[in-house]
Amino acid sequence: MTVLLFLVPLALALGAIGLVAFLWALRGGQYDDLDGAAERVLTNDDIGG
Amino acid sequence: MTAVADVAAFATQGPDGVSRLDAAVEGMTCAACIFEIESSLKGLPDLVAARVNYTNRRLSLEWRGEAFNLSAAFERLRRLGYKLHPLDLAASEREEGEAARFLLRCLAVAAFAAMNVMLLSASVWIGNVSDIDPATRDLFHGVSGLIALPAAAFAGQPFFRSAFSALRARRLNMDVPISLGVLLALAMSVYETLHHAEHAYFDSAIMLLTFLLLGRYLDHAMRRKTRAVAANLAALRAPLACRLSEDGSEALVPLARLRPGDLALVRPGERLPADGVIVSGVSELDESLITGETLRRGVRDGDVVYAGSLNYDGALTLRVNAATGETLLDEIERLLDKATEARSRYMRLADRVSRLYAPMVHLTALLTALGWLAAGASAHDAIVTAISVLIITCPCALALAVPAVQVVASGALFRAGVLLNSADAIERLAEIDTVVFDKTGTLTAPEPRVANAQEIGPALLQMAARLAKASAHPLARAVALETDAAPVDGAREQHGQGVSAMIDGVEARLGSAQYCGLEAEAAALGALDPDLSLVAFRYGAAGALLRVRQMLRADARDVVDALQKRGLKVLILSGDRAETVAQAAAALGVAEWRAALKPAEKVAALEALKAEGRKTLMIGDGLNDAPALKSAHVSLSPIAAAQIAQAASDAVFLGDRLAPALAAIEIAVCARRRMQENLALSVLYNALAVPLAIAGMLTPLLAAAAMSGSSLLVTLNALRAGRSAEATRRPAQRALATREAAI
Repeated sequence: MTVLLFLVPLALALGAIGLVAFLWALRGGQYDDLDGAAERVLTNDDIGG
Repeated sequence: MTAVADVAAFATQGPDGVSRLDAAVEGMTCAACIFEIESSLKGLPDLVAARVNYTNRRLSLEWRGEAFNLSAAFERLRRLGYKLHPLDLAASEREEGEAARFLLRCLAVAAFAAMNVMLLSASVWIGNVSDIDPATRDLFHGVSGLIALPAAAFAGQPFFRSAFSALRARRLNMDVPISLGVLLALAMSVYETLHHAEHAYFDSAIMLLTFLLLGRYLDHAMRRKTRAVAANLAALRAPLACRLSEDGSEALVPLARLRPGDLALVRPGERLPADGVIVSGVSELDESLITGETLRRGVRDGDVVYAGSLNYDGALTLRVNAATGETLLDEIERLLDKATEARSRYMRLADRVSRLYAPMVHLTALLTALGWLAAGASAHDAIVTAISVLIITCPCALALAVPAVQVVASGALFRAGVLLNSADAIERLAEIDTVVFDKTGTLTAPEPRVANAQEIGPALLQMAARLAKASAHPLARAVALETDAAPVDGAREQHGQGVSAMIDGVEARLGSAQYCGLEAEAAALGALDPDLSLVAFRYGAAGALLRVRQMLRADARDVVDALQKRGLKVLILSGDRAETVAQAAAALGVAEWRAALKPAEKVAALEALKAEGRKTLMIGDGLNDAPALKSAHVSLSPIAAAQIAQAASDAVFLGDRLAPALAAIEIAVCARRRMQENLALSVLYNALAVPLAIAGMLTPLLAAAAMSGSSLLVTLNALRAGRSAEATRRPAQRALATREAAI
């Protein structure tokens, strides 16, 4: 069962990365305009915009 | 309009030299508008950022430096067909945004912790019935603790703070048993883990926080959405005043930036931006929004006038004055203050339950401990059992019971065109047995209409309406409502007479009877109702007299009938003259009405109803209704209402119909039933789970299953509040369709 000593922290670390990424996105205002974000993905403003 | 918007008045200056402006965008209908707006602004000098928020239809502009020209930005968008209405964002709205983000952060942390702790707990539960070795179990409990303790310390803040402030005020609210349950569960689990015990309750504590935070976040988000729409609508309506500076130049400023002593210019057809004294100009004012009186009042220099009055004939210059303590407005504010005290005594359903619940739970836990001690159990066992009672009674379902329904019901109300101002309005709305209407602007449409449209030929009426569109006169606006076509080109307005234009080579005139040569016909109509106005129209040889008056809202009769059919008592309390009110009451089939009431008399009438034990819903729009709106059990006002009246009421409804008011009552009644069912469900849950805990048979697995099961049940039941409201809101929604397109 010593493998748990390695696997449990690894699983937690992976989860924590997800949490930090979410908090970072929240701080950056990415959740302020959910409807707009869904539409913005369709623009081509990177091509000669 | 020649005046330009005063940039400095709208923008807020940031600490880093960046100016910022938020504006509601009118005319944004689809996602393509986002890119059109943003790319059209891209080339402006010194612009730092221009970003559209599509969810709440707003644009935020940030710029640094002198070269940026805000008017140019407005002009560019106007040419594309978008109208910008600068928002004077209240500090409270920014704070709300911060609070919502904090709740979401807490929710993220709690959910992360709950998932991982649950993963470890499930392993322990399975291991406990098979072959887990104690060392692994201790490891899992230890890791759970390391996750749960910091997570609860962070994510529990909203509950701990609220519980602490309640206790400091010597009150009990729902957050007290929640905080106590969470803290005790954590403390006991730490103790048990250190003593290599079989059970730990880390998962219960953190899962509870997750469920509650989810409910709280959704409740908050729904209310924020409603507020944003209300703020946009307010910005769209009448936010700007034309201020005259000493050198005679004009600038458009938000109403809140008008200071006592400022001079303001009010053109015909505009509403007065503030209370004040007329400095120059002669005109007639429609003060129906202030007093409910439909007769117009002639005013001249030296007269005292009130904000919200509609200016009819001439341009007025107004000196804004501060409250002197003697005006109508001061009296209304005094009455409002008094009414506010009465209102705040209302106790919400959830608070009433928690006041009962919290002491009962704590008493049960105490009795459990004492009972086990008396039965000869060890102190450790007795305390553990008592704590497990507190954990299982930690009111997860109970705390979700009301907010979950509230979220669903305010969503249903929002779609029906009702925007809630106060959170507990739904509960109060469900209790009413009497509906009191104001007449002017509530039962009648806010704008006067042409009463005899059918008698006039459609072609003639169409032309008159197109000509009327070229004029700003309020009576002409009523005529203009008869068509959707574009205004006539090249119309000229003769002040105080009317407006004329050439249509297909023939002169058309709209205005007074003399102006159109229809005096004889007008005289033949004889004495008219005092609240009826004549508008004459002449096209070559053809002529017509249009009768313009306040008309009942299209569905007023149906709504009143439906209310009476529900067994509600309907009354009219109006500030208007008796003849007019009697007419309206007869047309609507309302037996009880009173007319010519002053604001204080309206309040007195409501107090009398309250003394009879009646719970009243007041629906009104005027400044004179504001105290009555505040002193009623619950109140509604139409979106066209005076600002003070809107602020005094619990909810605002949109559109030209009364149907949303009826829908609001139906949704509220349905929501209240769901709330009561939910409370009953959570009591039932406690009745089943508490005996187990008292008997000492509670395991963490059982606690987790019972808690999440009851929370899910309550949430699913809450969803029904939206579904059954669905059927009732259809008619209201049709009325809204046109309105919503504009938002």
